[in-house]
Amino acid sequence: MSTEVPESAVPSPAGAGESSPAPSRRTFIAATGVVGGSVVAGGVIGGTRLLGPEEAAAADTSPSSRVSLTVNGTRRTVTVDNRTSLLDLLREHFQLTGSKKGCNAGACGACTVLVDGQRVNSCLTLAVRLEDAEVTTIEGLADGDELHPLQQAFVDQDAFQCGYCTPGQIMSGVGCIKEGHTGSPEEIREWMSGNICRCGCYVKIVRAVEQTAGRK
Amino acid sequence: MHPFSFTKAASTREALDAGRRGGRYIAGGTTLVDLMRETVERPEALVDIAGLPLRDVRVTERGGLRIGALVRMAEAAAHPKVRSLYPVISEALELSASAQLRNMATIGGNIMQRTRCTYFRDVTADCNKREPGSGCAALHGHNRTHAVLGTSDACVATHPSDVAVAFAALEATVHLLGPDGERRVPFADFLLRPGDTPNREHALKQGELITAVEIPALPRPLRSGYLKVRDRQSYEFALTSAAVALHVRGGVIREAKVAAGGVGTVPWKLPAVEQALIGERPSDRLWAEAARHASDGARPLQHNRFKVELLNRTVERRLRTVGGMK
Repeated sequence: MSTEVPESAVPSPAGAGESSPAPSRRTFIAATGVVGGSVVAGGVIGGTRLLGPEEAAAADTSPSSRVSLTVNGTRRTVTVDNRTSLLDLLREHFQLTGSKKGCNAGACGACTVLVDGQRVNSCLTLAVRLEDAEVTTIEGLADGDELHPLQQAFVDQDAFQCGYCTPGQIMSGVGCIKEGHTGSPEEIREWMSGNICRCGCYVKIVRAVEQTAGRK
Repeated sequence: MHPFSFTKAASTREALDAGRRGGRYIAGGTTLVDLMRETVERPEALVDIAGLPLRDVRVTERGGLRIGALVRMAEAAAHPKVRSLYPVISEALELSASAQLRNMATIGGNIMQRTRCTYFRDVTADCNKREPGSGCAALHGHNRTHAVLGTSDACVATHPSDVAVAFAALEATVHLLGPDGERRVPFADFLLRPGDTPNREHALKQGELITAVEIPALPRPLRSGYLKVRDRQSYEFALTSAAVALHVRGGVIREAKVAAGGVGTVPWKLPAVEQALIGERPSDRLWAEAARHASDGARPLQHNRFKVELLNRTVERRLRTVGGMK
């Protein structure tokens, strides 16, 4: 079993595009953007990142910084536009697309990762602030081919439907267990409230966290 | 998001130098980055202060509690001294935001957070706080979550913080450091009511840094607690809230500290409620009578009339719970 979900296997939140060998959602959107024309001039930074017109106009002069951090055990050094969030750094620069962009405003939890062992919203974290930080994403959770106990528990409990919120739920659950807020289903619900599930899989998500916490 | 330069302050002196040159401090960043993305905030220079040594919590010589400005919300809430001396602070913090945001956001940043008024956050809407003189779209717009106390014709936005309500109740002091040295500002004078200048929200001068929030010593034993009423059970801002601390000796209330949240343009201290409690014996009737004063002076808008009665009941219920503690 691979520890990294292949890009083509990432389900679309709309439930479409399952048939391979169709281009991935990311490739498709990028191609559409270029055809659309408005983002061509100076609009591409770090490979596939798409910029709004305002950002694109500023891209040539926009201040950037160099940052070195460790992501899933691998030391990385990059120069990024100061505006880059940790989420965009992971997804667009490092191609670690497990962390999801839901609201991009700290309201949904789909982007949750661990920074120095603490669960945080990567969409509200500026990448340039992370010098020497240790970041763990959903891609770094498994031990080789062996799933992390909470990943296995999500499978055992069938704790998802569309799966879009799942990486954030699992990373948040790892934090919740580590913090020790798993004394009751009610406590888990309260301390997992920063992760929204549109499919409404909360009952089984709580069970998965309980299952994992109980084994510790 | 508009482009900005970025520097990391290695020392308080470096931070103050950068602040004096117009740099904007960033601590947890949970409000600032969000509002920068909406282009409500457009700083040209960010100064990262997260590395400054302002992360300690300690009991003061006078028996109060000093919480460093960069202590994370989660750390402050879990701190043994905060939990034992002022449960109202821990409760207010743990009922705020989400676990992730509480791991990021700081005490100093929390009291500096901007309003959640949707018109403030929408750069296409009229908002005197964001764009002085443009008008207030909330005054006759969707104002169900807006303030009923401390409002003006220019602004009816609530202050969103929970822990600031506890700080207001407990009469905290904000410690500041600026180019001219240190100064201390009573919490009641730190956050400003909108009046004609809703764009002016706090007493900070250019380049000043919050270093700590100090809670004064209060007579012991002190019972305290926080109640938050909202549209969903968790991860939501308050419609109404109440922070209560009571010192009861010999069967009589000797000290009462009460403030309300979700209803004021700033955290709303309730001296009339406090006065109605001091010198009285705890009883269900007393809680109800005292709480009637919570909404004194309330000016409801078209869609938030319900907040007036809800506020009274919120205060009454928290008084009864805290007052009835053994």
